[in-house]
Amino acid sequence: MVQGIYTIASNKKIARDVYEMVLSGDTSALTAPGQFLNIKIEGYFLRRPISVCDWDGDTITIVYKVVGAGTAAMSEMAAGQTLDVLAGLGNGFDMRKSGGTPLLVGGGVGTPPMAGLCRRLVAEGKSPTVVLGFASREDVFYEDQFRSLGAEVRVATADGSYGVQGFVTDAMAGIAPSYFYACGPIPMLRAVSDALPADGQLSFEERMGCGFGACMGCSCQTKYGNKRICRDGPVLTKGEVIW
Amino acid sequence: MVNTKVCLCGIPLDNPVIPASGTFGFGYEFAELYDIDCLGTFSFKGTTATPRFGNPTPRIAETPSGMLNAVGLQNPGVDAVIEEELPRLAKCFHKPVMANVSGFSEEEYVHVCEKFDAVEAVGWIEVNISCPNVHGGGMSFGTSPEAAGAITAAVRRVTRKPLILKLSPNVTDIVSIAKACEAAGADGLSLINTLMGMRIDIRCRRPVLANGTGGLSGPAVFPVALRMVYQVYEAVKIPIIGMGGVSSAQDVLEMMLAGASAVEVGAANLVNPYACRDIIADLPREMEKYGIQTLSDIIGGAH
Ligand SMILES: Cc1cc2nc3c(=O)[nH]c(=O)nc-3n(C[C@H](O)[C@H](O)[C@H](O)COP(=O)(O)OP(=O)(O)OC[C@H]3O[C@@H](n4cnc5c(N)ncnc54)[C@H](O)[C@@H]3O)c2cc1C
Ligand SMILES: Cc1cc2nc3c(=O)[nH]c(=O)nc-3n(C[C@H](O)[C@H](O)[C@H](O)COP(=O)(O)O)c2cc1C
Ligand code: FES
Repeated sequence: MVQGIYTIASNKKIARDVYEMVLSGDTSALTAPGQFLNIKIEGYFLRRPISVCDWDGDTITIVYKVVGAGTAAMSEMAAGQTLDVLAGLGNGFDMRKSGGTPLLVGGGVGTPPMAGLCRRLVAEGKSPTVVLGFASREDVFYEDQFRSLGAEVRVATADGSYGVQGFVTDAMAGIAPSYFYACGPIPMLRAVSDALPADGQLSFEERMGCGFGACMGCSCQTKYGNKRICRDGPVLTKGEVIW
Repeated sequence: MVNTKVCLCGIPLDNPVIPASGTFGFGYEFAELYDIDCLGTFSFKGTTATPRFGNPTPRIAETPSGMLNAVGLQNPGVDAVIEEELPRLAKCFHKPVMANVSGFSEEEYVHVCEKFDAVEAVGWIEVNISCPNVHGGGMSFGTSPEAAGAITAAVRRVTRKPLILKLSPNVTDIVSIAKACEAAGADGLSLINTLMGMRIDIRCRRPVLANGTGGLSGPAVFPVALRMVYQVYEAVKIPIIGMGGVSSAQDVLEMMLAGASAVEVGAANLVNPYACRDIIADLPREMEKYGIQTLSDIIGGAH
């Protein structure tokens, strides 16, 4: 983990209430896709946890949805402004387990961490399939990004206004992946986990006090004992989750 | 060179800054970030006789200038703390540590204190009779002078280590509780623990915390904590550790002027993991600014 002052390189709307922000600063603490940042926003006491979407030597991309006051304030920030960020939090996805044909499932703003994961899997010669679920056509983002990486992409919308009508599980028909990675709301994670015979990893959310393991605010019980979502997670393996 | 040393119940501290129980784990997360030997000492996570998971989540909520927590004393139990956590801590912290103890019955407090009494690394035992999160006991010990005095007397019998009673602010008269602890043999007092509060999610019309209520801490509580330290200082002779919203070297000076011999820093560690290191680094400069040569001289200076 590092704490640093990051400069906003860009901050733009990419779907309904959803923004993509590029931060420039120290990326040395990032070790795996699926890790997250904890972002201090002027005027709010607790930091906001947001997943790393992708990163390179000096920039970090995040994608966030405006749901409350903190994310609303972020959406109004402009290039050149700075943010106090804790970077490199959490375990992230373990890519060694992927096999040749992994499935990546993202629900809503659970999609961003799949982008960095997908790019790295492709770079390792893997052939990922990506299934994304959104509420409606205006919410869809990143479909083209995944496709340009060479992944097969399927999109489901709950209201049927775009792609397959229904949930991600409806768009997963016929896919028999070597392994899966999923991030999204808990009912989605559970449905994906139940639907697939394959083993996989799932990324969870919890309200956080610190984001780095100190306060026990984010604990959950697993088959292998108590875990802190922020430090021992946010990624848990299918086999350890107690639904 | 200014002098930041203070003395806490007979044990010298390089400076009065102490991370507060529950906000610093068992120290290692912070030891990865900075040399935690710079601390005066620290108070580790509240420990009970047996392992506890604590309350269901969500157990954290934000408030204006603060936060609510309803962690509910998650800890691995006193035996695991002694056998696993403290040996690991010994590798990164080389000063006496403060053991924070909780319980649901007098026997439990006594049992846990007795175990920590036998541990050399433990300098002080801080007995939390105030955690507002736990049903069935934690609250009641700290809310009447009789119960607070009884717990103090019971744990006093099993330890010679400096015994610090940590008081709840959720009472009508904290002074009478402080005096009862002093009379029953406490060597020091910690105040304050969190103030009971709640938040409601307007969209789903339910409390944000699964537990319903939680304990408020952070800068929002600083004036309340300061007032309580000030009042208790007038009524007791034993040293006070002041806490509640402390987040800067200035806050440390203010707490000490109110009567604190040392200061704990809680929620600030969660939002700025370097908070205690930064406060310690700033202290000499702040002291110089206010013409303070010897920090211990200002204890109770506002009275
Ligand atoms: C590990 C992790 C990764 C995340 N990644 C993303 C992401 O990539 N993109 C994205 O849009 N969102 C993500 N979230 C959710 C994001 O943290 C919340 O949407 C955000 O904190 C809301 O802040 P707010 O001030 O707008 O909302 P408010 O409701 O005003 O926030 C009040 C408090 O509740 C907390 N809170 C509210 N919703 C959540 C939530 N879902 N999870 C955790 N804390 C919450 C806030 O952090 C804050 O402390 C992630 C959450 C976690 C735990
Ligand atoms: C997440 C969290 C967990 C806490 N756990 C404990 C605990 O286990 N035992 C205890 O005596 N106090 C506990 N406290 C209270 C703090 O030690 C401190 O008394 C209180 O938070 C006020 O200080 P602050 O405003 O600086 O946080 C906890 C506080 C927080 C925020
Ligand atoms: S949020 Fe503090 S331990 Fe996870």
